[in-house]
Amino acid sequence: MSTSYGMLDGKVPAGPIDEKWTSHKFNLKLVNPNNKRRFDIIVVGTGLGGAAAAASLGELGYKVKCITFHDSPRRAHSIAAQGGINAAKNYKNDGDSIYRLFYDTVKGGDFRSREGNVYRLAEVSVDIIDQCTAQGVPFAREYGGMLDNRSFGGAQVSRTFYARGQTGQQLLLGAYQALMRQVDAGNVELVTRTEMLDLVVKDGRTAGIVARDLMTGEVTNHSAHAVVLASGGYGNVFFLSTNAMLSNATAAWRAHRRGALFANPCFTQIHPTCIPASDEFQSKLTLMSESLRNDGRIWVPKNPAETRPAHELPEDERDYFLERRYPAFGNLVPRDVASRNAKTQVDEGRGVGPLKNGVYLDFAESIGRLGGSLIGERYGNLFEMYERITDDDPYKTPMRIYPAVHYTMGGLWVDYNLSSNVPGLYVLGEANFSDHGANRLGASALMQGLADGYFVIPYTIGDYLAGLLGQKPLSTDDPAFKAINADVSERNARLLGNKGTKSVDSLHRELGHIMWDKCGMARNEAGLTAAISEIADLKQEFWSQVKVPGGNGVFNRELEKAGRVADFIELGELMCRDALHREESCGGHFREESQTEDGEALRDDDRFAYVAAWEFEGEGAPEKMHREELVFEYVKLTQRSYK
Amino acid sequence: MSGTNGSTMRITLKVWRQEGPRTAGGFETHDVTGVSPDMSFLEMLDVVNEGLIHNDKVPITFDHDCREGICGSCGMVINGMAHGPERATATCQLHMRKFNDGDTVIVEPFRAAAFPIIKDLAVDRSPLDRIIEAGGYISVDTGAAQDANSIPIPKPVADGAMDAAACIGCGACVAACPNSAGQLFTSAKLNHLNLLPQGQAERWARTESMVETMESFFGSCTNHGECEAACPKSISIDFIAFMNRDYVKSKRKNRELLSQG
Repeated sequence: MSTSYGMLDGKVPAGPIDEKWTSHKFNLKLVNPNNKRRFDIIVVGTGLGGAAAAASLGELGYKVKCITFHDSPRRAHSIAAQGGINAAKNYKNDGDSIYRLFYDTVKGGDFRSREGNVYRLAEVSVDIIDQCTAQGVPFAREYGGMLDNRSFGGAQVSRTFYARGQTGQQLLLGAYQALMRQVDAGNVELVTRTEMLDLVVKDGRTAGIVARDLMTGEVTNHSAHAVVLASGGYGNVFFLSTNAMLSNATAAWRAHRRGALFANPCFTQIHPTCIPASDEFQSKLTLMSESLRNDGRIWVPKNPAETRPAHELPEDERDYFLERRYPAFGNLVPRDVASRNAKTQVDEGRGVGPLKNGVYLDFAESIGRLGGSLIGERYGNLFEMYERITDDDPYKTPMRIYPAVHYTMGGLWVDYNLSSNVPGLYVLGEANFSDHGANRLGASALMQGLADGYFVIPYTIGDYLAGLLGQKPLSTDDPAFKAINADVSERNARLLGNKGTKSVDSLHRELGHIMWDKCGMARNEAGLTAAISEIADLKQEFWSQVKVPGGNGVFNRELEKAGRVADFIELGELMCRDALHREESCGGHFREESQTEDGEALRDDDRFAYVAAWEFEGEGAPEKMHREELVFEYVKLTQRSYK
Repeated sequence: MSGTNGSTMRITLKVWRQEGPRTAGGFETHDVTGVSPDMSFLEMLDVVNEGLIHNDKVPITFDHDCREGICGSCGMVINGMAHGPERATATCQLHMRKFNDGDTVIVEPFRAAAFPIIKDLAVDRSPLDRIIEAGGYISVDTGAAQDANSIPIPKPVADGAMDAAACIGCGACVAACPNSAGQLFTSAKLNHLNLLPQGQAERWARTESMVETMESFFGSCTNHGECEAACPKSISIDFIAFMNRDYVKSKRKNRELLSQG
């Protein structure tokens, strides 16, 4: 597709911000209850967005086919979210409101998100808590039986609902159970261990997907009136991240290659409190809740050659660098600021641990002041997790932490209806770009996944489907399906037939090194330009040197991985191009050329207050950038300051 | 038993290989050197797999994903124990420092009639989803909910429900049981939902349906308690007793409810 879309229109409805969604819902076309069963919808992914969407669309009476590459819908990576979910319930009477959550999210996103979408997110956040509670999600309660809240990620109000340290798990199980209820009712057909490998577009409309049965290797065609992608984020471009091992960008990237625009790919979030890698065999990084920063003090030895254990170092030989540089916020500066400062210390040789790749997070002072048992009550499970992984006891020796890639704010471009630019293709959750701007607030990912799945897509998809009444979905024997099915099979055959010498993981690790060094926490023109050419070389190396053992007609994890890594390489290049073009610093994107005298991120609203949405222009051709201007009518553009 | 920094271990790995559901399998032995005590068990298998790929062999297939002990994808029998020797630990959170230099480690798939082997260490655990499908939910359509604070739930009740809801659905309880019973998994979900006020409307129908679906796939419980010992989330077998009580009651309650209609 080489259509020029011109300036992109997010299609945010007119009117006051607090009335937009209500009036929009009224204006959306409806599908009569008796006609809903005549529409086929494919939902790809069963995380919070996908499971919530499949369940809710099934309840409405649509014919839903829900596809996941896992053995069960309950495995999706939403399950690993620990901290909580935000909602503007104001149960604490501490001044929270829908408007405040909206305001905090736009500001936290460093003014690179769409006001209309963010307001709606804050608005439906209250319904999410009601819905999940009714489903039996065991949120934490106070002794009086009411729901408990905590403050999270530096927010000045307590609006975070949680279920111990397993909030993502409990919310996902709620959505999974709602989904299984619809499977039992016959409204949703569940297809497990099957991976979407391409999108089928015919005459400018989404016609379905091509998928591979991971057990038998069969490449199958699936036709529908609409496709809902909820396939998650792309943090694994970096090889090491806190994402699950199988989390990947293939469904989104394949849709992009068929015409869907990819927005703000360079906006990635790096989480400051992860456990540093212990050796080169490390397969993934483990995140620990950033609530630890409430009571832990971050420091490094002043002397880079220091070899004594942490507790032997006198106070005057320690540098509490966050407290020194940011006296007002200290250890509680936002994620990106904390991460970049840790990187500076490690880059300058003051890192701690055997590989000198971390900084200390020290609880000694808090334990002295509050006692070990109170600290244990607050963080006991995290301390235990840390000890399990590192064999160090945080009650006795400081933790070692280092930032890691955690979340991707970029994703497929969608309008207010969560529709991509390809009619009939909708994108939910982390897979889209819509709500978090250049930086996501803590406890807001769960909120967005469920908002999209439970409360947005069930309304907006009807508006599109209503216009298709009486039309059958495209036959899976149509030449459009056959051609793409052949493409997919040919690509798999090529991967399997390649007589290379390098394993998929080793090539993936090389990509990760390039991305982390040059498109990670801090980026600059020279590094990004170098990265683009290194990735081009890596792409060549991949296709000439990759070795994929095993066959096609069997469960073949290496083949699955190979296809995903090939897509990560292409996406990595686009991330670098996007980062190169955005000559400003904002949120998770820090361009060294654009900083204040104090080394803080410097936005350039005159030049960059827009969404960059990239269009695939064919193999090897540079992608074409489209813009969506961002207009701030309610939240005034201001530079963040945490001094 | 923890490994010292910088030192590496040598492990003799005997691992079950089986090409497909209908082919015969057998143990394959690997001499694994350079194992860091800080590696997780699955990272050790990653290293073995890199070696196999290097030598033009097919790597060992196993299910895994989050590697944080919460998704429930991984699971294998290590030295005769589901998820290995460390209590309350999923395979992905087991570290090599729990073994000794020179150890022989035997790795097998979860074995249960209801969990047919797909390949090597990967098994089909979909019967667990069938049990949830049979009633492991509260029937509330999206949009039909009242304000979340309109039903106060005493903290001990919410905490008890959470204790049960912590199950990750890995199937270790089934693999550890000499009868391959599914009681711990089923009772965990039943207790999560049956304890809560929201779950009362469907309590008896849910219990009867889930228990009977479970029985169509899995063996009987004879109170060995191996399930609790293997559970990476330490789900208590007390829940099985509660489930049995509710199941007996459900037979009468469901008929009473019908007669009211």
